[in-house]
Amino acid sequence: MSRKMVTLDGNEAAAYVAHKVNEVIAIYPITPSSPMGEWSDAFSAAGQKNIWGTVPQVVEMQSEGGASGAVHGALQTGALTTTFTASQGLLLMIPNMFKIAGELTSTVFHVSARTVATHALSIFGDHSDILATRSTGWALLASNSIQEIMDFALISQAATLDTRVPFIHFFDGFRSSHEVQKVEQLTVDDIKAMIDDDKVLEHRSRGLTPDNPVIRGTAQNPDVFFQARETVNPFYNVCPEKVQNAMDKFAKIVGRQYNLFDYVGDPDAERVIILMGSGAEAAQEAVEYMNSQGEKVGMIKVRLYRPFSAEHFIRAIPASVKTLGVLDRTKEPGSTGEPLYNDVLTVLGEMNQDGKLPFALPKVIGGRYGLSSKEFTPAMVKGIFDNLAQDKPKNHFTVGINEDLTHSSLDYDPTYSTESDDVVRAIFYGLGSDGTVGANKNSIKIIGEETDNFAQGYFVYDSKKAGSVTVSHLRFGPKEIHSTYLIDQANFVACHQQFFIEKFNVVEKAADGATFLLNSLASPEEVWNTLAKPIQKTIIDKKMKLYVIDAYDVAKKTGMGVRINTIMQTCFFAISGVLPKDEAIEYIKGAIKKTYSKKGDQIVQMNYKAVDETLAHLHEVKITDSVTSDKDMPQLIPDDAPEFVKNVVSKIIVNKGDDVPTSAFPVDGTFESGTTQFDKRNIALDIPEWDPETCIQCNKCAMVCPHAAIRPKVYDPKNLSGAPEKFKSVKARGKDFPEDWVFTLQVAPEDCTGCTLCVEVCPAKNKKEVGKKAINMVPQPPIREAERENYKFFLDIPEPDRREVKVGTVKGSQLLRPLFEYSGACAGCGETPYVKLLSQLFGDRSVIANATGCSSIYGGNLPTFPYTKDQNGRGPAWSNSLFEDNAEFGMGFRMTLDKQNEFARELVQTLSAEIGDTLAKELLEADQADESGIHDQRERVKKLKEKLAGNSSQEAKHLLSLADKLVKKSVWILGGDGWAYDIGYGGLDHVLASGRNINILVMDTEVYSNTGGQMSKSTPLGAVAKFAAAGKPLPKKDAGMIFMTYGNIYVARVAMGYNDLQVVKAMMEADAYDGPSIIFAYSHCIAHGINMAKGMEEQKAAVESGHYQLFRFNPENAAEGKNPLILDSKPPKITFEDFAYRENRFKMLTKSQPERAKMLLGLAQEDITKRIKIYQEWAAMDYSNGNEE
Amino acid sequence: MDLTTKYMGLTLKNPLVPSASPLSKDLDNIKKLEDAGASAIVLYSLFEEQINFEASEMDYFLTRGTHSFAEALSYFPESDDYYRGPEEYLEHIQAVKKSTNIPVIASLNGVSTGGWIDYAKKMQDAGADALELNIYFLATDSGMECRQIENQYNIILKAVKANVNIPVAVKIGSNFSSIPRTALELQDNGADALVMFNRFYQPDLDLDELEVKPGVVLSSSNDLRVPLRWIAILRDKMDISLAGTTGVHTALDALKLIAAGADVTQMCASLLVNGPSYLGTILADMEKWLDEKEYASLDILRGSMSQKAVADPGAFERANYMKALNEFKNQYVR
Repeated sequence: MSRKMVTLDGNEAAAYVAHKVNEVIAIYPITPSSPMGEWSDAFSAAGQKNIWGTVPQVVEMQSEGGASGAVHGALQTGALTTTFTASQGLLLMIPNMFKIAGELTSTVFHVSARTVATHALSIFGDHSDILATRSTGWALLASNSIQEIMDFALISQAATLDTRVPFIHFFDGFRSSHEVQKVEQLTVDDIKAMIDDDKVLEHRSRGLTPDNPVIRGTAQNPDVFFQARETVNPFYNVCPEKVQNAMDKFAKIVGRQYNLFDYVGDPDAERVIILMGSGAEAAQEAVEYMNSQGEKVGMIKVRLYRPFSAEHFIRAIPASVKTLGVLDRTKEPGSTGEPLYNDVLTVLGEMNQDGKLPFALPKVIGGRYGLSSKEFTPAMVKGIFDNLAQDKPKNHFTVGINEDLTHSSLDYDPTYSTESDDVVRAIFYGLGSDGTVGANKNSIKIIGEETDNFAQGYFVYDSKKAGSVTVSHLRFGPKEIHSTYLIDQANFVACHQQFFIEKFNVVEKAADGATFLLNSLASPEEVWNTLAKPIQKTIIDKKMKLYVIDAYDVAKKTGMGVRINTIMQTCFFAISGVLPKDEAIEYIKGAIKKTYSKKGDQIVQMNYKAVDETLAHLHEVKITDSVTSDKDMPQLIPDDAPEFVKNVVSKIIVNKGDDVPTSAFPVDGTFESGTTQFDKRNIALDIPEWDPETCIQCNKCAMVCPHAAIRPKVYDPKNLSGAPEKFKSVKARGKDFPEDWVFTLQVAPEDCTGCTLCVEVCPAKNKKEVGKKAINMVPQPPIREAERENYKFFLDIPEPDRREVKVGTVKGSQLLRPLFEYSGACAGCGETPYVKLLSQLFGDRSVIANATGCSSIYGGNLPTFPYTKDQNGRGPAWSNSLFEDNAEFGMGFRMTLDKQNEFARELVQTLSAEIGDTLAKELLEADQADESGIHDQRERVKKLKEKLAGNSSQEAKHLLSLADKLVKKSVWILGGDGWAYDIGYGGLDHVLASGRNINILVMDTEVYSNTGGQMSKSTPLGAVAKFAAAGKPLPKKDAGMIFMTYGNIYVARVAMGYNDLQVVKAMMEADAYDGPSIIFAYSHCIAHGINMAKGMEEQKAAVESGHYQLFRFNPENAAEGKNPLILDSKPPKITFEDFAYRENRFKMLTKSQPERAKMLLGLAQEDITKRIKIYQEWAAMDYSNGNEE
Repeated sequence: MDLTTKYMGLTLKNPLVPSASPLSKDLDNIKKLEDAGASAIVLYSLFEEQINFEASEMDYFLTRGTHSFAEALSYFPESDDYYRGPEEYLEHIQAVKKSTNIPVIASLNGVSTGGWIDYAKKMQDAGADALELNIYFLATDSGMECRQIENQYNIILKAVKANVNIPVAVKIGSNFSSIPRTALELQDNGADALVMFNRFYQPDLDLDELEVKPGVVLSSSNDLRVPLRWIAILRDKMDISLAGTTGVHTALDALKLIAAGADVTQMCASLLVNGPSYLGTILADMEKWLDEKEYASLDILRGSMSQKAVADPGAFERANYMKALNEFKNQYVR
């Protein structure tokens, strides 16, 4: 039977099969498994049917706990059901998994294995999540490659139906879930042939139904539970054999034979390694290469890890074996060894003691590799085999890192390469925004689908959302590609952005004789000397070829604007030799037609033109015999940076994090804050320039700046002495400061992302030229140097005394130093202006609990952290626990602070004689309602510490350690709507109902932003999101209204783009309110499909249409006989349509389902009108009567 | 009363045709117009910019940020159904054709030659009975010669005509150095009708906000004078159909245009202000007037006051300017 060859990634491969063999799919998004759910939803939305001819129902739940509950329920009522998850998500499913297995229920969960968060969260792959489910009674089946993912998705489904044991089918997160490969697609007939319909009917017949009622899920007592639990034994005993049967059947149908344990290598191997997952692919490559060099080595790929079949395992091992190396992709601190290692030891031990071992008991050595997608290469495999060859091999080793604390790591030769000469290996450095990855995926498709070559693509992204760098690793070759590791010896390197050559040696990973393609503004004659000395030297030493193109010029001339993807793709095909040039050009054009024809012929023609023009502008550059450049690689980190930044952070920034040894890291995941300031990213092409004459000093620009990159300061003019020549200042407006003080608005030129929100919001127009404002975008490079000096000088000017600043105003709040700066958030982010404001108002006394999501990534993802300290060393203390528990996590902070404050007060009383009665009394009775009160209390605490300094009593020591807790602290709990409306809602509700003094800031983007746009319960009616492809049919949950009904919770809804002052007020009131507070902050987002530069206008429209009714509900007002609810936005001025169709998240539905779009629009308008009436009626209620009587 | 009208080969039951306006975006409104007696409908304009950029703009904002960040490789659901751009216009033509019995004239608005012209054919395939090509060109480039501009009209017309076999009307502005010459050239190049005239929306300035305001000012009966003159002048020089538009607010306005020589009169502002059913009022008034004045058919009135037909052809020319000024009297000029 002929099968289609397709190029797809692991997630799509798994979803393809899972969707064909299930009826119900309940999911919750979590990286890296989210695309499996999204594919399933897309398949169902497109009406694709399963093998029984019906379209599976797909539902998005509120958490993985919820998804597993829904799956459990669907299974119990007889539907074929699946889910997709990873990491903490899988852990949340464990309780249901025990039940599902205990009830012998057929199902497969497809899991893209991901690191479980410990000292840090990591979205990348290892087996810590899978191995945490060992005790649930689920079968665990590992896929190692994209083809295997498709195959095993089917084999596991057949096996679970046959055995009644539930299966986790897992593969490595990112390395397999996101790797693109050319694979053979199983046909519907293949799938039908593998699935035994009788077993499906049996599964259905076990479903709960009132037509044949049974009771399941009972409670049992000590008398029977144990023996009843053992009833499942026969099912587990036959499970491995039945899986092998399924594999054999698959081989008959499809032709690929798999076994429970597959051996690869020399039949007489003496050294054998054992592992599962994608690492086995790299290991296979190494073993085959070593065999070709005459080494007697072999490897075992573990397919079915649970139930573990000792017999099958032993049979797979060659009798010649002397040493076994067992590799685990996880770490279990305190154990006798990692799980696979322990299993192997147990099996060998049992077999040996039973006299069943067909060979002499080998030495067994365990080791860890590949945590969090750490590279695992043939060179490391060679290192492991070398270790096994030692007389006393290192046991419990690590490989791939420099573990220099307990010296567990193995040495290996990193230059050892098994890459075959017939494989084209290409690396592309691009920006997320320049389309490099998309073009490369396109190239893989072209080569994979148009030629007999095999193709592989893997893409590395950085953790910044603005100006993110992507590195694409592409391999093409005549044989199947098993290289599950990054390219180290590329024969083609492309640098799609000129400024990368200033940051790192882009040709470092080039092989001898490689071709280097550079996109540069420099002419072919000039470009050579734009390269720094080390790059030139590498090119000369490796005898490379250099090609240059000014892709931006070609893009401009052909109407492509700044889109260079097609141009660079054409260059790749023109000079890499991967395909004959003319043939490749035809394929590119074919792909262009396919991609763009729906978007109009003009776009197709424009791209064709770009392809044709490219060849005329691509030039080979003459390389000199010796280095001619006078440039060194620029110093990225300033000399005055802290040692940790210089030694560790700097390496991570230049892609050398792999080289940093264990000893360089904190032991408990604790880092110094305030390190984004040392990473000058220079990603903006244009930055704002200040016009002091036009400026009205309103500070609105600073208010909206997502990156704290435009800052106002009012100061004594005497500080101007020594100012750089181009430093600007103007007389300060207003009466809050001495009359002669001056004002400066300064841009951080190297930290600005060029989003233009500041310019958009600037209300001041130049009277002589109204198109200009008080700040105007100008190209960054010409003014970078001068502005860098200006900014440095600006930062050194003393900050104003917080007591002198009108903190509760927009203007005043912005004179406070931001303690959240230069984060990695998207250019124009709608969330970070709120976080920055919070840091200005309360940062010096805040502890922040941050739910997982965008805000935890831009807030706390290595290498650098935006939360920083003020001149006194104070600033936000920040932590992230999980996604689901953030409210509770923050409440824990409050409990500690309250307890410690209480204890400190008790100690002050106890020690009042030593402290002095007056100071003690003042400390206890201090009014800390404003900045002055807080300042005075800090002074008292300072005195207290002085008095306690010499006191060696236990009480004094404790009071000394708790003294700072006498100063008011603010607990802020931050997260997005995915957390607050969905996964964390139960905890959020409980914490708000606790009455404790906590403050919650919900950055409401109305969608899961960090995981890529899935619907949340905050998503508006009519908006398109993932899992709401046809537009969300139900209204946004009115969480504000829900929490107002408690009566004792401060609730506010704010939108900076509509009323910035109201945001300041709400935050101040929330902080001041001695009880729970929650603020919902409308945050425009890239996931709205909007022009981010107009983000604040979008916010305004959202409010003006009534969609986002602003209010503050302050229970303190009720106590004074006033209505606690104040509406802060006016009645709707525009229709919902006027707002919604500004944004593509709504508008796109008019293109796909116009009638439904219209219907939903009507429903949304109706809902808004009704809801506003309720708010208005509440706000008009008379609260005075009760109090007066 | 026989109001039958021939307009670029189409036989219409009367001369009242709603012009391209937002009213025709809604199927209900179109049905109301038909019920009120509209003899044909010109659909709202599909703009060249829409064809070329709207889809790509939406595509840009929907795909921006994709493939940049490991956790969010995209932000919207996968679907081939999006980004169809002007296809919704074509579907609208089909829907209008399906639910009405009057001829449907699709409107295409642009200024350059290019891929967008292919949409003429797509409109024809979607069922349009005729096309109105609205060439809304505003010359701002001082390097562009007048002749070039006139040529451009003909180039676009020829490109469209080469694509379709349904009749094509050209809607032009009134700012040509020689309207008769331009009109004849368009006729020679295959125009089946001329629609006179386009209204160029004039921007305003907001001195409080220091902004340019693009606001639309709707026409009034006073604006009728421009098409009235030029239809009267052209009627006897041209063989093709003429449509008068701008300033048609009453039955008398419509009748005046017809007397000047228009085959049909197009209405927009009056229907936007008074609603689709107002067309019925105009139609009834028109019949009433013709009855009262004892016209046996509308055809008798048509062209009866063209430049050639009136007693004083100079009334439409420069000489008339002198006369008008001399007769002008008000409180300051006596």
